[in-house]
Amino acid sequence: MKTSPFATDQDVRWCPGCGDYAILANMLKVLPTLGIARENLVFISGIGCASRFPYYVNTYGFHTIHGRAPAIATGLKLTRPELSVWVVTGDGDGLSIGANHLIHLLRRNLDIKILLFNNQIYGLTKGQYSPTSAQGIVTKTSPQGSVERPLNATALALTAGATFVARCFDIDGAGLQNIIKAAAKHRGSAFIEILQNCNVFNDKTFVHLSDRQVRADRTLWLTAGEPMLYGKDKNKGLMLQNNKFSELTVAAPQDVKKLLVHQPELPDPHLALHLSQLDWPDYPVAMGILRQVDLPTYEDLIAQRAQQTRDDHPPKDLTSLLKAGTSWIVK
Amino acid sequence: MTKATTKKTMQRKHVNIRFAGDSGDGMQLMGTLFANASAIKTNDLFNFADYPAEIRAPAGTVHGVSGYQLSFADHKIYTPGDKIDVLVAMNPAALKTNLADLIEHGTIIYNADNFTERDLTKAGYAENPLSNADLLKHRLFAIPMNELTLAAVKDLNLSQSQAKKCKNMLALGIVTWIFDRPLQPLVEWVQQKFHADEQLATANVTALETGYNYALATDLFTEQYTVNKADLAPGVYRKVTGNQALALGCVVAAQLSQQPVLMAGYPITPASTVLHELAQYKQYNVTTFQAEDEISAICAAIGAAYGGSLAATVTSGPGLDLKTESLGLAVMSELPLVTMVIQRAGPSTGMPTKSEQTDLLAVVYGRHGECPIPILAPATPHDCFAITLEAFRLAIKYMTPVIILSDGYLATGADAWRLPDVKSLPDLKPQFCDKPTTNFTPYQRDPHTLARPWVIPGTPGLEHRIGSLEKHNNSGNISYEPQNHHEMVNLRQQKINGIANDLPPLTLLGKDSGDILVIAWGSTYGAVTTAVTELQQTGMKVSALHLRYLYPLQKDLAAICKRFNKIFIPELNSGQLHRLLRMELFIDSIPYNQITGKPFSIAELKQRITEL
Ligand code: SF4
Repeated sequence: MKTSPFATDQDVRWCPGCGDYAILANMLKVLPTLGIARENLVFISGIGCASRFPYYVNTYGFHTIHGRAPAIATGLKLTRPELSVWVVTGDGDGLSIGANHLIHLLRRNLDIKILLFNNQIYGLTKGQYSPTSAQGIVTKTSPQGSVERPLNATALALTAGATFVARCFDIDGAGLQNIIKAAAKHRGSAFIEILQNCNVFNDKTFVHLSDRQVRADRTLWLTAGEPMLYGKDKNKGLMLQNNKFSELTVAAPQDVKKLLVHQPELPDPHLALHLSQLDWPDYPVAMGILRQVDLPTYEDLIAQRAQQTRDDHPPKDLTSLLKAGTSWIVK
Repeated sequence: MTKATTKKTMQRKHVNIRFAGDSGDGMQLMGTLFANASAIKTNDLFNFADYPAEIRAPAGTVHGVSGYQLSFADHKIYTPGDKIDVLVAMNPAALKTNLADLIEHGTIIYNADNFTERDLTKAGYAENPLSNADLLKHRLFAIPMNELTLAAVKDLNLSQSQAKKCKNMLALGIVTWIFDRPLQPLVEWVQQKFHADEQLATANVTALETGYNYALATDLFTEQYTVNKADLAPGVYRKVTGNQALALGCVVAAQLSQQPVLMAGYPITPASTVLHELAQYKQYNVTTFQAEDEISAICAAIGAAYGGSLAATVTSGPGLDLKTESLGLAVMSELPLVTMVIQRAGPSTGMPTKSEQTDLLAVVYGRHGECPIPILAPATPHDCFAITLEAFRLAIKYMTPVIILSDGYLATGADAWRLPDVKSLPDLKPQFCDKPTTNFTPYQRDPHTLARPWVIPGTPGLEHRIGSLEKHNNSGNISYEPQNHHEMVNLRQQKINGIANDLPPLTLLGKDSGDILVIAWGSTYGAVTTAVTELQQTGMKVSALHLRYLYPLQKDLAAICKRFNKIFIPELNSGQLHRLLRMELFIDSIPYNQITGKPFSIAELKQRITEL
């Protein structure tokens, strides 16, 4: 990794074998291809294992406080809309303590990219269940198994109105790189949930989905304009019948016509939301870009309002500005 | 016409008048217009608005009373006054809630049409207070305001309720005559105010003129009062509330620094009006951001500061608590940020519309870790402007968050502000670090100010990482090294302590030594200045010192204190400056504390000081 032009001289301090390494490596590979000058890239993070990320990328970087990266990124983007601003967060940082900011950033559609490393555990504080942990998980704070139902990060982003929503595994290098590139091109909030392995406190949480032996059968990689086909032999597909997904084994070529075609650009987020909630073993888990629509960004709308104000009421000199309203003269 | 000529004109040095009515009665508009007319007479003035806590309390009840108090004088004044001379009461509830503030033999002008049995019941009066002997010691003027208003506008095509609504203008016309204010400018302002609806404009002007002529013609008023021009420094003046002045300070800071300003806030009483004001200045490179919560507001401001903007956030007590952790981030990342705290009665939700000075120790010491932040406090509504520029100056020069500690009284109170000569305003242009050097590090400090460089992301060659973790001095890399942490804690403190060298010397009101020194801060300036000045005129050896800088304290403070026998510190809290001075400077003092949600009375202060 140190060979990337975007690597820093800092020692990477994640546990050996942590999924974060793969994410960083893929990011370092993609960054030089984006056509964005190093000085115009800013990585902002909160607190948690994932949030160490900015120290390892040779761009501008700000490692802030727990959960607040989206709010800080919002202020930066409002001030410097020309910058490419990336938020790196985790399931505790982004979905628990900072969930409010995340929702509102997505709702406003600021042109900010969010990478949420979801390892379904609090790693940096040494292993407590997180808002995405599976129900029943045994951790230091849930010795008899957690009673909480997990939050679906991708579904939350869709509900919040995010204009770009994707999901990927830490170990799916090609998939991750494609998603990062697409997110970088997208104008608006881009949310990427990265299912990441914490090999110390929650090892193999995703292995039942991500393992190469089973991944093709248990996940569905969504490609825009393509029918929803999956399986090792690409012989299984998803249909929508009576508002319910059903699986179809593709026996003949004409069966493919019965399948859903992925349309991430649909203005209505319903189908994407529905897809985001599919779970194995009933259904394959949807991966890739679930939604990508064009809507005006918050900062553009704010700039328009400012321009409108300038046109309607051009600024005055300081003296007249202070005098505004009723003033009087004492001789 | 013969009637008018029999009227006497009396001189008054100082008048306190309060307009009180239902929150829907237009008391604030009436008060504002009357204040503007008084400004034209070049009286000095100070006003205070008292809004009900409930937004739409039932009409006619004491919870729905809205008040506007104006003090105008032929000399410099510093407060809206302890007691009111004249009460204009639009209904019994307004009479009930304000009567206690009236002077011994005051004047009550009331809307006689609104004192029916029903109105009295709504106000909670078991019997008519107007027949009470206690009330009769005041001069009472019963005016059938509804009837007069309806008659005046009857030829206009207005609904009954629209027509009735003009009664505040009728009342305004009456007091305009009584206090010899100019009618013509009022007519123009009312026309301007209602320019969108010609019919309403005519109705309101008609009501205003009717009120004026009624007062002139009726036998009821035999005296007209006049308050001469005040002897004020020459210049252009305007009336400004504290929150307006904070907002204007931000707008002007953007111009002086030639940088954008981002003001981020979350709605909270009594701070929201700063955000409202600023939202109207978008053409001046000002962006306002209404965040999803208090934390987001300060964090967005930190993000803007990181991006090279002038950044500010505004809040009150509960919001301050929420922002505390983020203030720590601003200290740790050494970014310039102005946080405006408009204090209100606490703890918890407390009394949101009532004012006190109870957050001083919270802002000085209330953060985890060693986390010093400079604290400034405006003395008057118009001082909020100068203090904002000063806060930005210090924030930028020392790369630090700065807190402005205002309060609800300054926020909603207004005084006459002599506009500064724009050439005298400070240069706020920041020195950004924009030249790539091979050995650049984000925590290289200026040897004099100890400030670190301010680099705008987007600057080629200066890419760097900063954060909330302890960092190695100079390089900024994460460091848990024991000696380094010790050094960094000291450096952050020294940087703030050093600001004391950059502050103006204190100015004493009165002699620089003597028997008693009264030390005040914040909005008690007006009451303390008035009380001390009046006591000095009686020959008392008392002086006063007003602190606008609370952290760090000005360097000459300790020496001045030594030259007095007794130090008296009146505060609207349980003795926070009293304790601060003891902790920081070993200065002992006699505290005097009031925590009622109300400002000090001048008379009370004088008495306490006399008894010392
Ligand atoms: S605790 Fe888990 S998530 Fe954190 S660095 Fe170690 S392996 Fe990675």
